[in-house]
Amino acid sequence: MSESAKSMLLIVFGVATCAVAGLLFLEVEAQWKVTALALGIVAAMLVMQKTGMRARIEEASARHRTFALSLAVAAVLAVAGALRESHFALLMLATVALYATACLGLTIQFGYAGIANFAGAAFFGIGCYSAAILTTRTPLPHLLVIFAGGVAAALIGSVLILPILRTRGHYAALITIAFGILFKTFLEVNDTLGGPQGLKVPGLKILGWSFNDPVRLAEGVEASFYLNYVVLAVLLAASAYVVVKRLERSWIGLNFDAVRLDETAAAVSGIDIARWKILAFVFGNFLAGMAGAVYAMMSGFIAPNNFTFGDSLILVSIVILGGLGNPLGVILAALLLLVLPEKLQVIQEYRFLLYALLVILILLFRPEGLLPRRLREYFPRRVRE
Amino acid sequence: MDPGLIGQYILNGLMLGVIYAMVAVGFTLFFGVLDVIKFSHGDVVMVGAFVALAALFGLQAVGVTSPSILLLLATAAAALAMAVLGALIARFLVLPLRQAPPLNTLLITLMLGLALREAIRLFYPNGSNPKPFPRLLPTDSYTFGAFSLRLDSLLLLVTGLLAIVIIHVVINRTRLGLAIRAVAQDPETARVMGVNFERIVMITFGLGSALAALAGVTNGLYYNEINFGMGLLLGVIGFSAAVVGGLGNIYGAILGGFLFAALQTVGAVWFSVPAYKDVFAFAAVIVLMAWKPTGLIAEKSAERV
Repeated sequence: MSESAKSMLLIVFGVATCAVAGLLFLEVEAQWKVTALALGIVAAMLVMQKTGMRARIEEASARHRTFALSLAVAAVLAVAGALRESHFALLMLATVALYATACLGLTIQFGYAGIANFAGAAFFGIGCYSAAILTTRTPLPHLLVIFAGGVAAALIGSVLILPILRTRGHYAALITIAFGILFKTFLEVNDTLGGPQGLKVPGLKILGWSFNDPVRLAEGVEASFYLNYVVLAVLLAASAYVVVKRLERSWIGLNFDAVRLDETAAAVSGIDIARWKILAFVFGNFLAGMAGAVYAMMSGFIAPNNFTFGDSLILVSIVILGGLGNPLGVILAALLLLVLPEKLQVIQEYRFLLYALLVILILLFRPEGLLPRRLREYFPRRVRE
Repeated sequence: MDPGLIGQYILNGLMLGVIYAMVAVGFTLFFGVLDVIKFSHGDVVMVGAFVALAALFGLQAVGVTSPSILLLLATAAAALAMAVLGALIARFLVLPLRQAPPLNTLLITLMLGLALREAIRLFYPNGSNPKPFPRLLPTDSYTFGAFSLRLDSLLLLVTGLLAIVIIHVVINRTRLGLAIRAVAQDPETARVMGVNFERIVMITFGLGSALAALAGVTNGLYYNEINFGMGLLLGVIGFSAAVVGGLGNIYGAILGGFLFAALQTVGAVWFSVPAYKDVFAFAAVIVLMAWKPTGLIAEKSAERV
């Protein structure tokens, strides 16, 4: 078998395994099965890591990027198709994709440029609130509203650029923590933005295609309207993934790495630290804002309580647990951390406690995350054909 | 404005300030010895208040009735329990992560804070509802026009300031304090000089957490109510105060604590909607950080390259 066919097979195997695991994860109801499956997924990830399987699959995907990505998107859509009648499963899937998009934004900031952002939920929320305002008060086309949500988050985030550039480490962490709390308190006391009750958001409509109508796939085959949002959210997440991956590989990513690893050395080597930090921060917030805008239109209702400091922490946990700076890990961690609490209804009461303990254990025993970022390849191997 | 009213605002601000300063001093102590942020500190304050409340009920059950003895014993119990908790946190969560990136420590303690909050909510009897905290201090008040000075506020203020002074004396005038300062300045050299590094770190965390328990009791006595969620905002405020003042510096923490309380008070007076006070205070914190990136009293350290 040729080298290329072999790696394609590897990709198919990898994507199929993930898809089956994801499908089972979203579908199973019995508590013990959920637990077993979650543990199984984590164990499988670790085994794949240890045996070098993961490295081989990743290498194969690096060679056939377009193939791997389109296969992955197709697999997610297939999973969504299989679950088409369940509102809840599709809502979860779309939520995971949107949170993953926001976390990809945080990955640029935190994983690449080294700016810890503890206000992720706030920037997500800015996207949500601008979507709510723009859809109800202006005739702006909804596709542009999504974009505007990202721009709003990037612009409002720009207020923090100066303090973030001037501070480091824990001092910089305080800036975003303060901003996150400020944002939520502001929403709660501001009556024009709905106060603590929040705002209603109309459903998404693109060129007359209303996202809130049930989907008819074929004669007699109906699907939940959430399928629309799943398609959009997955496309958004996939584009974000491509952009983040390309950014990482490019000279921009190289500059980010230099700034994160050693600011002094980077500055001495003539790298403009301020420029790269600003770029990473603004672009990361832009992604979070776009994801927020779609999320608002999907859930139809937003309130300040969706954007607390605790929610920002969940975003940061996803980024760190996935493996800091690895976009693929981010997506897997988003799936685990968002779906698991919803699935484990029996421990509903105890879920935050267990969740906190789980993160503590992972930080103690596997601080590099589930799928650690691999070393940059400075000399990409050419495909041997 | 009526001078009596101004006096009232100032007194309230001072009360808040002393609570914030007590929390901030903890943050700054931990940062001093280990260069880490222990974010569960606010929740340790909360747990301290709950332990004190439980101890009060326990003591009442055995028949202690004198309010002053009740309060002293309950506070001592809370301080002791939190000192142990703080030392355990240092030993099992913070020290093992010494080699990891500093933000991992921030995250692990944030998660511990969440775990503590949830544990109180779930396992303390009826823990999800706010609990009334008994008024154990004399509530005589002296009124001058619009200004009324309550004896309990005055006592709390004095106790809080005294506690901070005691910590200050311990750090600057005792052998233990010398060891703490040595570790803060240079852990390697301190070890070479025979300082038991791990023990000093654990003692420092215990000391700061005992102070947190005192802050929790003060908070309970001042508001006459405690709830499981109160630690998060207190922790963030304490952290802000410590950072604005300059991490690692006790004076900075005290200054930051009172400054934050002043900002909140000014915010409450200034805006017609008092709820904007936190928005104002945190916005001011961000501006202050842009102006003084390492706090008002900056760390004295040259960067080693």
